[in-house]
Amino acid sequence: MKIVTPAEGQENLSVKVRMIQFTQQYGIFLALVACCVFLAFANEYFLTTRNVLNILRQTSINGILAIGMTFVILTRGIDLSVGSIVAFTGVVAASLATTSSSAMVAGGPYPAIIAIMAGISVGMICGGISGLVVSRFHVPAFVATLGMLSAARGLTLIYAGGKPVPALTPEFRWIGTGNILGIPMPVVILVIVFAIAWWVLNFSRFGRYVYAAGGNPHAAKVSGINVGKIQFIVYAISGGLAAVGGMVLAARTGSGLTQAGIAYELDAIAAVVIGGTSLSGGVGRITGTLIGALLIGVMNNGLDLMGVESYYQQVIKGMLIVAAVMLDQSKNKH
Amino acid sequence: MNVPLLEAQGLKKSFGGVAALKGVDFRLMAGSVHALCGGNGAGKSTFLSIIMGIISRDAGLLKCKGELVDFQNPAQALQAGISIIEQELSPVPAMSVAENMFLGREPVNRWGVVSFKEMNAAAQKILDDLGFPLSAKQVMMNLTVAQLQLVEIAKALSYDSDIIIMDEPTSALGEKEVEQLFAAIAVLKSRGKGVIYVSHRLGEIMDISDHYTIFRDGQYIETGDIEDVDRNKLIELIVGRPLEEEFVKQNKPKDKIVLELEKLTNGELIQDVSLKAHEGEILVLYGLMGAGRTEIFENIFGLSGKGCTLKINGEQVHIKSAQDAIDNGLAFVTKDRKGSGLVMSEDVRANICLADLKNLGNAVKMNGKKETSAAKRMIDLFSIKTASDKLKVSGLSGGNQQKVVLGKWFLTNPDILLLDEPTRGVDVGAKREIYRVMSEFAENGGTVIMSSSEIDEVLGMADQILVVRDGLISGEISRADATPQQLMHLSV
Repeated sequence: MKIVTPAEGQENLSVKVRMIQFTQQYGIFLALVACCVFLAFANEYFLTTRNVLNILRQTSINGILAIGMTFVILTRGIDLSVGSIVAFTGVVAASLATTSSSAMVAGGPYPAIIAIMAGISVGMICGGISGLVVSRFHVPAFVATLGMLSAARGLTLIYAGGKPVPALTPEFRWIGTGNILGIPMPVVILVIVFAIAWWVLNFSRFGRYVYAAGGNPHAAKVSGINVGKIQFIVYAISGGLAAVGGMVLAARTGSGLTQAGIAYELDAIAAVVIGGTSLSGGVGRITGTLIGALLIGVMNNGLDLMGVESYYQQVIKGMLIVAAVMLDQSKNKH
Repeated sequence: MNVPLLEAQGLKKSFGGVAALKGVDFRLMAGSVHALCGGNGAGKSTFLSIIMGIISRDAGLLKCKGELVDFQNPAQALQAGISIIEQELSPVPAMSVAENMFLGREPVNRWGVVSFKEMNAAAQKILDDLGFPLSAKQVMMNLTVAQLQLVEIAKALSYDSDIIIMDEPTSALGEKEVEQLFAAIAVLKSRGKGVIYVSHRLGEIMDISDHYTIFRDGQYIETGDIEDVDRNKLIELIVGRPLEEEFVKQNKPKDKIVLELEKLTNGELIQDVSLKAHEGEILVLYGLMGAGRTEIFENIFGLSGKGCTLKINGEQVHIKSAQDAIDNGLAFVTKDRKGSGLVMSEDVRANICLADLKNLGNAVKMNGKKETSAAKRMIDLFSIKTASDKLKVSGLSGGNQQKVVLGKWFLTNPDILLLDEPTRGVDVGAKREIYRVMSEFAENGGTVIMSSSEIDEVLGMADQILVVRDGLISGEISRADATPQQLMHLSV
């Protein structure tokens, strides 16, 4: 007969508790792995290099937007305008990189780098305006960015005269269609953006400020942190990354489309939420966001491969979002 | 006749393998006030939660008026005649006082429509009977914290329960409101009700209780009559070791003026407030809740929006933000630990480092080693009880949370410490620790400006006392001349 001493009992318990904690902490990662394993067995095509790259490429734009969204949501905000900024910046950059004389503005085509800088600037200005409205005039983020969602879409149509901007230079198109060492450019860009964001949130002083300003803005303010400035910056980051996504999209499709990016903000928010970032601010990891975006990408791809209609895919995605948050809530109870 | 209103025997409760209650007993008799005493983490909250049916017990008996009971939820406890005035207020801000008091049991007419007239009249009668100077029609969000607390008290009493639990009912009240509450308690006693009174303020317990029961670390220690013990004995029982001096004070003020504020005015909240704080001095702002002490601190610390001009070490400075204040050697421990002191979602280390991030790394990369060692230094200095510096502060007890806030500010090496009610909701042991830290800080040449509404604390710690009333300084008294009566007189 084995006598269990209280200390051992404690240990057993803590192993069990630890397992539960592990599942809760890495639940999304485990779900992604499980999804991949299942699909690898269910469909021979799934694990081919071609398909994997395809998934990554399809995930990249949402991933880039979701990374910007993570910064905003960590500060208790939300950015509904990223889809419109995708279109606006795509059209602006395209207009500087087009060879079509009818769609050209101010001469051109300009070198790709000029078009890209212009696009990012426009994105950051749009985001910065939202940030200013939120931090300076205390308008709820939902409302401020809802306004920007509408305004940026309108500006896109005005700027482009309601028409697509076609015939982009090959140089500009490279950021959407080119590759480095066989890895598609959109994926390379996602990896770079992720690496920088990961560093900023985990190791930089600004990252500490973001978590504190989101976790408790009053305490952050009393501790000498300029919370308004942090808010302004995160919206500018989100706008800038939306611009990156918008230009990658324009480069991939070969033209700046006024109807691009509709409802992209919802997928970005979904990736952030599935990744475990709390909408009440201050809690979340950027790796979670990346995994959340990948999970959405893998799921869409897998359901496609299995011949599930896209209508059903939406239902399943909806359930996934809610399930992820339910898992998170259970973590908060002891 | 002598059946207790409420009787608990051998109550036990564990959370995830950690025992919070290790078999406690309690007996509440009709027509009496029974104080439940213990430090933070003694198990008082767990005990009250079990009585109210918020959590279930692992073992033990609970009898209400002689009958065995097992409440599954607070509604059942309320039904059985137990109501509670909770420490954390939970008002519905956009509703009126009457609506809040009758939440969920609004009087309706035969068409199912709420009868506001009847409700307002009933609420007003309750308030008037208690002597609370409130109108039932006022909207909650226009009330001060003290008034909200009075509404909460009126609400709990309006159920006409036989057993009323008061969990730190005076933590937000000034002396005047406390008197009103005590008068109400006397009426309840005379009507044969039983009151369970939980408070860290021992003076109050000595004043109004008939009996006491002590818990310590989840264990039942003893029960007795208040008239058989004195304050010191009570403290000894609560902390579990022989009493040391309650207030630790070794500092001696010097002549050098460190901070000088001249005729500070901000709207109607603060008018013509001037003060001088010396090196090595503990200057106390005494006053009631809402007298303007917090606003004075916020102005000095650059949080009021328009900035504040003052003299530090004789030099005129203009402080526009908290960062300016920190750069000028100020530190501000706010009254509201959860609201503006700590980032509850973050760990001990992040909270300790929060105000000094500029010195713990450069803009691109924080220095993890520096952060860890800074946190460790503060954990040691204040003997913060935490398993690790990576533990979330939400898991610490109130006293330890307060020490984390102090640690955050001591890390910035301040010269002037602003403490707004630093011992609010903190147990006797941790209070003493905080007094010790204050005294040492002042002894080493620092300057402390503290606000307090506890007269014992003021008399125990202050070198100089400024009494604040309605945003004005209504009196200035030195340590040697101060008496409780004088303080009371000047504050109301």
